[in-house]
Amino acid sequence: MTAAIELREASRSFGTVVALDRVSLSIASGEFFALLGPSGSGKTTCLRLIAGFDHPDRGRILLDGEDVTDVPPFDRNVNTVFQDYALFPHMSVAENVAYGLRVRRVGAAERRRRAIEMLELVQLGEFADRRPNQLSGGQKQRVALARALINQPRVLLLDEPLGALDLKLREEMQTELKGLQQRLGITFVFVTHDQGEALSMADRVAVFSRGRIEQLDTPRGLYARPRTAFVASFVGSANVVAGALAERLTGRRAPFAIRPEMIEIRTLEAPPSPGTVGTEGVLEDVLYHGSSSRCHVRTDDGEVLAVARAESAGAEPLPPQGTRVRLAWRTGDSVTLEAE
Amino acid sequence: MNALRAASSFLHGRNAFYVSLLLLPPLLWLGTVYLGSLFVLLTQSFYAIDEFTARVVPELTLKTYRQLVSQPANVDIVVRTLAMAVAVTIACGIIAFPVANYMARYAGPKMKAFFYVGVMLPMWTSYLVKVYAWRLILAKQGIVSWGFESAGASPLLDRVLATPVVGGPSLASSYIGMFIVFVYMWLPFMILPLAAALERVPGSLLQASADLGARPGQTFRNVVLPLALPGLAAGSVFTFSLTLGDYIIPSVVGAPGYFIGMMVYQQQGTAGNLPLAAAFSVVPIILIALYLSLAKRLGAFDAL
Repeated sequence: MTAAIELREASRSFGTVVALDRVSLSIASGEFFALLGPSGSGKTTCLRLIAGFDHPDRGRILLDGEDVTDVPPFDRNVNTVFQDYALFPHMSVAENVAYGLRVRRVGAAERRRRAIEMLELVQLGEFADRRPNQLSGGQKQRVALARALINQPRVLLLDEPLGALDLKLREEMQTELKGLQQRLGITFVFVTHDQGEALSMADRVAVFSRGRIEQLDTPRGLYARPRTAFVASFVGSANVVAGALAERLTGRRAPFAIRPEMIEIRTLEAPPSPGTVGTEGVLEDVLYHGSSSRCHVRTDDGEVLAVARAESAGAEPLPPQGTRVRLAWRTGDSVTLEAE
Repeated sequence: MNALRAASSFLHGRNAFYVSLLLLPPLLWLGTVYLGSLFVLLTQSFYAIDEFTARVVPELTLKTYRQLVSQPANVDIVVRTLAMAVAVTIACGIIAFPVANYMARYAGPKMKAFFYVGVMLPMWTSYLVKVYAWRLILAKQGIVSWGFESAGASPLLDRVLATPVVGGPSLASSYIGMFIVFVYMWLPFMILPLAAALERVPGSLLQASADLGARPGQTFRNVVLPLALPGLAAGSVFTFSLTLGDYIIPSVVGAPGYFIGMMVYQQQGTAGNLPLAAAFSVVPIILIALYLSLAKRLGAFDAL
């Protein structure tokens, strides 16, 4: 089966800044795919290359196996939901949604009918004759979605689709986007800097750093088996242990990552359980988060390890701050990382 | 210092008083100098001149306006000025658009500064100097006809000048020449508001349009032009009204036919017919009011 989207060794520089460095990527048809990374990591450049707003300096871009590197955006069967929504302020909501049909010379009655249909799909049927500036952020987002979907693209690109929404709305839209993608069965590619968003929505995630794909995996794979220290600490949080402490604990100099929730805090008196490794340290501080607490423990090597502790009803109370404690985790829970 | 502090604490919390204090000077200026004199002008136009004594009779009458619309020569002046203003406005719009679009969308910071200065620089020099310079440029032995001659294109220039009504013996004494000078003079007034309007159009709108399948021409018609319309309207009000009111360019360059501004100048100066001069000055006001209401109806201010 040919991939819906394929990048072959695509590179793009702006002046002396390398935004994208020989990135190859293949996204299957019907996949919900996330491009995750901090700002300036190349994820947005990657999206712009797929949309056709930008041209790679080197490398090719294929849609459905067809080379579209030199095809302008208006001839690509790809539509985009913009970060600022980019709704046309001088058109009504229905006119915005119908725009893709209008430029394809679909008759006025027909495009109005289909625009209303699209608006009903995103539950905005009664807003058809409003202006974009009369809508809330979440409503604008839905209009942008309806407008991008009306041309029935093979691929929908979303640039930080939830970035401008508040937390509650963001969670709602996550569920909705996921549902919409499953119903329509088209390929969704979205750019985000929010790892929570990428983990909860995407089938696969490409983690970008400094213009390259650092790791490409399923959300579970990324979380459980981060390849590098960057991925380990960018996707979720992780203690990256290197140097002397790593050597003492594993007998090797290679760095490893251990998730805070995999570490157990015990008193010095309690005997170590079999199959665990660990170290001693001083409990420095505790941040209470409601369902969990986050503790920072300074080891004798001077490193601070974060420990997440579930605050369930039966949880033992923590020893007071400043006490020496033992940290322990199962050997299988730590992940050896590639040296950078 | 203490008095200042006392005044500050007195004003604090007395917002209405504070605002009216701030508004007073501009309102006085606007009310007396602008609106007051306009009102006096309007009143003048409803007086008439006594033909025997050549004195203004301060009695309200429509006699002067009747004289304005009934004499074919006066109607000719209005039509001639209006036609020139429309032509100049359209030409300025067409020339300004690509320049403004380049400044707003494509120019880097340095290039943009260069263009802004370049557009405004001519406005820093004397208006009269520019007009007389143009007379020399467009004269029969001027650089333009010399250029045509050197290129062996003199017959082309002659043919253009042979055009009835707008042609003439030379560019400097034809309506074509006058048109060129008007366009030159008022172009900055079109470019600047247009560039400002285009700069406010987010680039993502153009990308969204292309993304949805619009070819560059369609994006221009459906997105760029409607959103630039307020700037185009603002610029055209400048070019239109400046052309309607100008009396120097038509008296230095171009064919001998009178323009509204020249008529106002002559009637209140040499002829001493203040009411007729006032009536003539009311004509541009009415034309611009009509123009603005037409622009509003066409939706020029919807995107504001």
